[in-house]
Amino acid sequence: MKWNGWGYSDSKFLYNKKGQAEFTGKRYRLSGMIIPGLREWMESTFGANLQHKTPAAPILNSSAVQPPTLNEAFLKELKSTGIPFSHDAEDRVFRSHGHCLHEIFALREGKIGRVPDLVVWPNCHNDVVKIVELACKHNVCLMPYGGGTSVSSALECPPEETRSIVSLDTSQMNRILWIDEKNLTAHVEAGIVGQDLERLLNESGYCTGHEPDSMEFSSLGGWVATRASGMKKNIYGNIEDLVVHIKMVTPQGVIEKSCQGPRMSTGPDVHHFIMGSEGTLGVVTEVTMKIRPMPEYQKYGSVVFPNFEMGVACLREVARQRCAPASIRLMDNEQFKFGHALKPQVSSIFTSFLDGLKKFYITKFKGFDPNRLCVATLLFEGDREKVLQHEKQVYDIAAKFGGLAAGEDNGQRGYMLTFVIAYLRDLGMDYYVIGESFETSVPWDRVLDICRNVKARIVRECKDKGVQFPPLSTCRVTQTYDAGACVYFYFAFNYRGLSDPVHVYEQVEHAAREEILANGGSLSHHHGVGKLRKEWMRETISSVGMGMLKSVKDYVDPNNIFGNRNLL
Amino acid sequence: MFPPKIFRHFFPHQTNSRSLKTLAIALNSARGVRGVTWEQRVEYYNMREEFPKPRHTIGPGLKDEEEFTDILEERRCTTDLGYALRTFNPQPYKGAPSSSTSDLKKAVLESQYLRYIAKEIALETGSSVEKVRQEARGILEEMSHNLQLGFIRLMAYTVNKVFKRLFRSIYVNMEGLNMLQQAIQESPVILMPNHRSYVDFLIVSFILFTYDIPIPVIAAGIPLASMKVVGEILRRSGAFFIRRAIGSDKLYWAVLSEYVRTIVRTGCAPLEFYVEGFRSRTLKSVVPKLGMMDMVLEPYFKGEVFDITLVPISISYDRVVEESLLALELLGVPKPKESTTGLFKASRVLQEDYGCMHVNFGRPLSVRQLCEGKINRSEYNLIPRDLPQRPSTEIQDCVNWVAHLIVRTQEEGSLISPWSLMACLLLQAPITTLTEEGLQWHGLTEKTLWLRKLVLDFRGRLNWPDSDVMSSTVALHHSIVHHKAGRVCLVQDGDPASQDPLSPEEGVMRTAAAVLMLVSYRNQALHVFVRPGILATAIHITKSTQKDELFSFFCFLRDVFANEFIFIPGRASQDFAEACSLLQKCGAVHMSEQEVTVLETGLEVLSFLQKLLQPFLDSYQLIFRYLCENGAHVFTEKQFLPAVQNLATKLILSGDLHTFEVLSSDTQKNVLSALRRLEAVTKLRASQQNEYKVNKAAVRRTGDILCKIICDIPVKIKLLFCVRLENFVLFFTLLSLK
Repeated sequence: MKWNGWGYSDSKFLYNKKGQAEFTGKRYRLSGMIIPGLREWMESTFGANLQHKTPAAPILNSSAVQPPTLNEAFLKELKSTGIPFSHDAEDRVFRSHGHCLHEIFALREGKIGRVPDLVVWPNCHNDVVKIVELACKHNVCLMPYGGGTSVSSALECPPEETRSIVSLDTSQMNRILWIDEKNLTAHVEAGIVGQDLERLLNESGYCTGHEPDSMEFSSLGGWVATRASGMKKNIYGNIEDLVVHIKMVTPQGVIEKSCQGPRMSTGPDVHHFIMGSEGTLGVVTEVTMKIRPMPEYQKYGSVVFPNFEMGVACLREVARQRCAPASIRLMDNEQFKFGHALKPQVSSIFTSFLDGLKKFYITKFKGFDPNRLCVATLLFEGDREKVLQHEKQVYDIAAKFGGLAAGEDNGQRGYMLTFVIAYLRDLGMDYYVIGESFETSVPWDRVLDICRNVKARIVRECKDKGVQFPPLSTCRVTQTYDAGACVYFYFAFNYRGLSDPVHVYEQVEHAAREEILANGGSLSHHHGVGKLRKEWMRETISSVGMGMLKSVKDYVDPNNIFGNRNLL
Repeated sequence: MFPPKIFRHFFPHQTNSRSLKTLAIALNSARGVRGVTWEQRVEYYNMREEFPKPRHTIGPGLKDEEEFTDILEERRCTTDLGYALRTFNPQPYKGAPSSSTSDLKKAVLESQYLRYIAKEIALETGSSVEKVRQEARGILEEMSHNLQLGFIRLMAYTVNKVFKRLFRSIYVNMEGLNMLQQAIQESPVILMPNHRSYVDFLIVSFILFTYDIPIPVIAAGIPLASMKVVGEILRRSGAFFIRRAIGSDKLYWAVLSEYVRTIVRTGCAPLEFYVEGFRSRTLKSVVPKLGMMDMVLEPYFKGEVFDITLVPISISYDRVVEESLLALELLGVPKPKESTTGLFKASRVLQEDYGCMHVNFGRPLSVRQLCEGKINRSEYNLIPRDLPQRPSTEIQDCVNWVAHLIVRTQEEGSLISPWSLMACLLLQAPITTLTEEGLQWHGLTEKTLWLRKLVLDFRGRLNWPDSDVMSSTVALHHSIVHHKAGRVCLVQDGDPASQDPLSPEEGVMRTAAAVLMLVSYRNQALHVFVRPGILATAIHITKSTQKDELFSFFCFLRDVFANEFIFIPGRASQDFAEACSLLQKCGAVHMSEQEVTVLETGLEVLSFLQKLLQPFLDSYQLIFRYLCENGAHVFTEKQFLPAVQNLATKLILSGDLHTFEVLSSDTQKNVLSALRRLEAVTKLRASQQNEYKVNKAAVRRTGDILCKIICDIPVKIKLLFCVRLENFVLFFTLLSLK
């Protein structure tokens, strides 16, 4: 794993000696391929230039890391429990951040702020109970750490924290404890990472179907703590629909339910205090969740629309008829072009001829404006017959909105890009380009307005803040609901000529969030609040709502042992 | 490509060819030509900053000629027909789909909003939804514009002919036009001209047609629509028609607001409307009306558009075509109904010379920027935006503020003619001098030159082409004054010698008609003097030097006269600071931390300013007295206006009143509105004939307070601050005691 970038150390984008973009490694479909269009896209979109590099600091300079503030009494008792721990600088720095732009930017520059003083690796629920007890006893601050993929500054150590901060890394709690085939549930330790969970279940012929974009690295406990959402939620549901039972260790003891009834009327659901608590109340240790037999058949697909408005209207209709496929995502024109730029080199003349023909058909024959058209990618899952039937239904709706089927390949590539896009940010950062994505959820009637206004706001703010090149400001609709949709914004710019690019970036992102809220969007659909979006919590849930959450926190954790200061 | 015409005007001093080339690229990039980098755009923006902003640099004489271009000049060199048939190829708002008028009407009729309202009305009145919708369709038909390029050409042809007849020149600021051209591509644009004459109804369309900018749709009063043929031509030139006194007609409001909002939302054409609501009869800015403003801004508040651009446009005339009609109307002679035959009869005005017209396109204002920090748009989050929702007071205040700001900007952008300055001075002369022996020409010109300097000190925009201007302007206004044998006299209609002798009352009215014409030209310059004028009045009345005391009194006067002059709400302290700095700048006062002291050298300025506002004080005082002494507890507007006029005429004849302005129905209505705003008079809701109720008990009480107050000035000021009727009595009685 990289210490100052996304993902595996062997996988990254780079420009080879010929100046062509290439994706290294063997893990992804794109690995080892040349991407001829990327360079031109980067140059024309951002005004970036291969001559202007901003390389990252290659290795961690341990002397830049503050020596740990250790609570000796805690340490002594911890040792006696035999739970592994470390105060090695690298281990601490690795757990001191998520993947917000400012966090990664600082790391690349070799700047290290407050980091945890100690890392512990509990192996099971009981280890966690012991650690929490010791932390309470010695007044140590605990910060649970799962996959480290947070994008809400949730893992940042509060600089004002004077106590010793202990990062509680759940990665060793990664077993499936049992599978209940009669009820189709699995009981799993919360430290398990998404892709491992899926692989292990697949071995028994099951899956959870929960696939957030970060599933390679994010953990089950993290999903619960942030109210995660998966790409295929239309079939399997979001995390709150998947969870049957949660066990969490808090300073007041362990919270869990007495049974696994599929629904209960027993007052407010205590699971909902846990889900979205962002590590402020305790550590989720074990989760019972629903599983499904692996789907018999999967089919990708894509539809081209003449413009974004038509695309949104189609998604709305699909939602109205409640016939959304496992996943349906609509990219705007800029993202369509971006996806196009990421096409790997084609090996045969025949394929490139076919591509040319398709392009001709769409732009010339059908009269789509290449600067306005947009694409929806689809994923169908289930038994073969139903998938085909479902597919036809969706394509029929699309046709009503001027949509043309654009093939499985385009669809599949779209979903593949989801996993490599995070790597691309690191490439950008090598060449003066910084950026990030953020999301919201919004009622259907506001989808178009919010997309237009937020994108325009980003452009205007960049201009006002002195950004010297037009930014990339693009969006996509990634989830459909009965009453609304989830919208993702991507925003990046070339920061050449700016003295404090991260500050400018943060100002623009802040303005964009204000714009989202003013346009009836939510503070977050699934990324969570963390510390990054805390300032808007009161207006989001009202003062009374804040008070309710606060009183739960005060009861469960009066001494603020779980002191990451997220959310409230 | 950028029309070279505009280019040349915009950058007259760009001679170096490299920079010209860069600019051309930059300009085209600003117009949305592809393949231009942000850098070039940034460079363009930086360059633009270096150009002189007219607001600060405009001065007398030749300077404005550099910035304003006579658009008639070129028209006079080409054929009218050729001009009307020129290729018209505007760059529209980039987000706008091309939509026809029938699309627009369909969108309005089928909107969720109108459906909802129709259902509601059907439920309330017991008629069927279909019937209500039918009615809505009728309203929409009556209202809707039908903009067609062919008629624009016809309009351009006719207007061109008429304008060439009426005016020597029509000056337009090219920089403003250029900014407008850019703004139109970026967001929906609202053109907001002031309205001083019927002539300016199509002037903006005419200019935009000439410079390849999309033609606006224009909100007009329904009487125009009923003119035969002409109404239809106007409709096809982009006018849409709004009924007067819509009152509580829910369906009409719904159709109108949805129509306006749809135009803004889709950005299908720039929208032009008069925020003052109607043609100002006094040539003074009118307190803005908020209904239309509300509708126009709502798409921004609801997030339906990213931004809206407001472009204030100031139209100033050397001589207004309707000048005599206006004065008569103010004296109670009803205005002639708009009709086509009337229009032809009016064609004799074509024989007259009306000097020049200036059209000043103001800097485009972004609604988003204006509203930043003032409103929280999330108040619309919890109710579907298609449903009617009463805006919060926060939003209402913001709309009010924006509307006032626009009118102020129009004022700042308008050009003051030498004639306005002369009118200010003429009105300060005793009326008998004016009507009988006349004012000395020499003294008048000298004083006018002095006033010109004062205007420049006060950062007013002057239209002062050359040194001969004073005699030529007096010649231009031969209908009001005549200059003979070194003296200037007021012209009064008819020859008294040849007719039956007039009754004294008729004599007063005759003089009043002439004076009110002068008054309207004076009014064109008032906005420059109002703030320092109010401070001068405050100094004069309170005789105080204490800044805070003067400020209190300043605010009080500002409050009382808020229907008379345009004050941006919530800006009292800025207005005061402005007044102070202007008076200091012209050497009238000395300012310290706590005190404002009058300088010997400033007496002339202060007395001029104080006399300038004196007619307003006198008029308010008189009407006030009438309300306390003569009126009953309840009175109707119909009784009130003639009664005040009678009283005023009597007092003028007896020599107790020195202003004719109180005879103007505009002044009378303003006083009434002011008193209502300050809750000293209440309108009776139930009544059909605009009945008002005066709080008389309060009047009597004030008699007792009076004696105490006179010797105790600070208490007086404090008391004045409770804006109730008794305090008005108090205040004005004090004035009369001085």
